[in-house]
Amino acid sequence: MNAVKAIRKKEFHGSIGDIIFMALVWIFLIFAVVACVYPFIYVLSVSLSSGQAVNQGKVILLPVDLNFEALKTVLGYKQLWISYGNTLFYTAVGTVMNVVFTCLAAYPLSRKRFCFRKQMNFLLAFTMYFSGGLIPVYIVITKLGLYDKRMVMIVPVLISAYNVMICRSAFESVSEDLFEEAAIEGANDFYILTKIAVPLIKPTLAVLTLYYAVARYNDFFSAMLYISDSSKEPLQIFLRRILLQASMEIMQTTNINMGAVSQSTIQVRYVCIVVSVVPIMLVVPLVQKYLVQGTMLGAVKG
Amino acid sequence: MSGESKKKSWKQLLYRDRYLLIMIIPVVIYYLVFCYLPMTGIIMAFNHYQVGSGFAGIYTSKWVGMKWFNQFFGSIYLGRLVRNTFLLQFFSLIFGFPIPILFAVAVTQVANKKARKVIQVSTYLPYFISTVVVCGMINNFLSPSGGIINQLLNKIGIESINFMNLPQWFRPIYVISGSWQSFGFNSIIFVAAIMGISPDLYEAMDVDGANRRQIIWHLVLPSIRPTIILLLIMSLGTMMSVGFEKVYLLYNTAVYETADVIQTYVYRQGIQSNNYSYATAVGLFNSVINFVIVFAANKISRRVTDTAIW
Repeated sequence: MNAVKAIRKKEFHGSIGDIIFMALVWIFLIFAVVACVYPFIYVLSVSLSSGQAVNQGKVILLPVDLNFEALKTVLGYKQLWISYGNTLFYTAVGTVMNVVFTCLAAYPLSRKRFCFRKQMNFLLAFTMYFSGGLIPVYIVITKLGLYDKRMVMIVPVLISAYNVMICRSAFESVSEDLFEEAAIEGANDFYILTKIAVPLIKPTLAVLTLYYAVARYNDFFSAMLYISDSSKEPLQIFLRRILLQASMEIMQTTNINMGAVSQSTIQVRYVCIVVSVVPIMLVVPLVQKYLVQGTMLGAVKG
Repeated sequence: MSGESKKKSWKQLLYRDRYLLIMIIPVVIYYLVFCYLPMTGIIMAFNHYQVGSGFAGIYTSKWVGMKWFNQFFGSIYLGRLVRNTFLLQFFSLIFGFPIPILFAVAVTQVANKKARKVIQVSTYLPYFISTVVVCGMINNFLSPSGGIINQLLNKIGIESINFMNLPQWFRPIYVISGSWQSFGFNSIIFVAAIMGISPDLYEAMDVDGANRRQIIWHLVLPSIRPTIILLLIMSLGTMMSVGFEKVYLLYNTAVYETADVIQTYVYRQGIQSNNYSYATAVGLFNSVINFVIVFAANKISRRVTDTAIW
């Protein structure tokens, strides 16, 4: 923060060159912000305009002829809520399992005395270099009978070796004395992990929770390969049908005449984007302070 | 202490670490089943696995040696897939790598803390949006019927372009949308590095009468040079691993010429056409290349910056 104060002081005796320079910096920044925010505002505005205005290309920034018809149509469509509910389930259960198992992997690996430390480290690290590839993984998962089971969205993506490494170095940074003291007083490793180690690395776990939750919420690949039952499909599969495969399923449920349908196709799609993006838009600003820590965790001293 | 532990027998060690072992057993099972068991399935690349052979068929199907590799190396796909995979990553790096650095330098020039936060958070947002939604937005924005880009082009008198069906547009679309999505997030680490520069150094340059440009050129950029080098080496490790999902969701038969990558080809051959063994062979080819590249990148990283990814 002090570095910024030092820069700020400069502003008081800024030369003409500095003023021009800052103008360029601001133009660049404003362009960057507009590029990131405008597409979402546009999508929202189209969602809330009348079909006619959208069709005539009148919507550029703000909604024209405020109209909630498209929103109502989409929110009234049952499959949206089925897939949304599935995604919330996969995200909630999946993230909890991810974090629990990441801790269970990372804690033993962080204990220097652990007799299989080296072997286990290798077991995990090797998977970051090499994998069996798509087809062998696909055969193993289907032959295990996981096809079209809800578990398939959670179990095969249980642990990310990269996140274990991050978690491990967080445990390693906790003072060894704390662990030794607890062990002398007779605490076992489960007690030490849950009561001492986990509370001490809360900031790291917050970041890992965020990463895992976003990955589970956005997971499309597992579902595309292993889920065909529409009562189990997650939101991303539903979105793909509507946004990319030109599915007319939502329009067919309503009794608008065909002319109106062609007007509202693009609107229905944009409403779906809005509905799916809202949770993320709400969460990211709340957790942004953890993001900075998160990226710093990425580089583990080797 | 260490002398004492050396004397302990294996039995004693296992007993002492019993709780750690209980913790790690489910983890080991996970890795054996979902990572190492599939690795043994690589043997399919050398035999003729047929649909319906069951799990045992992976190991017992008829041995065909290098047949699938010869088929792949003799086909027109080898060159096209390797070229497309490499070029998508290469252009993503060339175009996508400098932007987060420029952005980080620019955003740290803003003195007002609140303004800086607002700017940063709004640029993080695209990073967290799913690939499906990003591709859906690209597809609909660029659509020749009602997409905003073509609407704007029409307004200035240019005829609609069918972007998604023209091979020459695939790489620009992929690369630009990719760096749109990630530049804000990728800038975080550079912003942190710039914030970490000692204020004394700024003061010193200030006293010497340096202007902003000189401060950036002679202080800020040299200070974040190690971070830049480290991240550059790390991204070299991903040179032959294109994100499968995004290509899969964006491409169509009209643009295979520039869009088809190794991973999508493996998917089509294996999952869609049931040529499991052939697809495994092509996948193995990709895995081996990736292994070599990641390994090399990590070695270089250790040597140059004393930091490795793991």
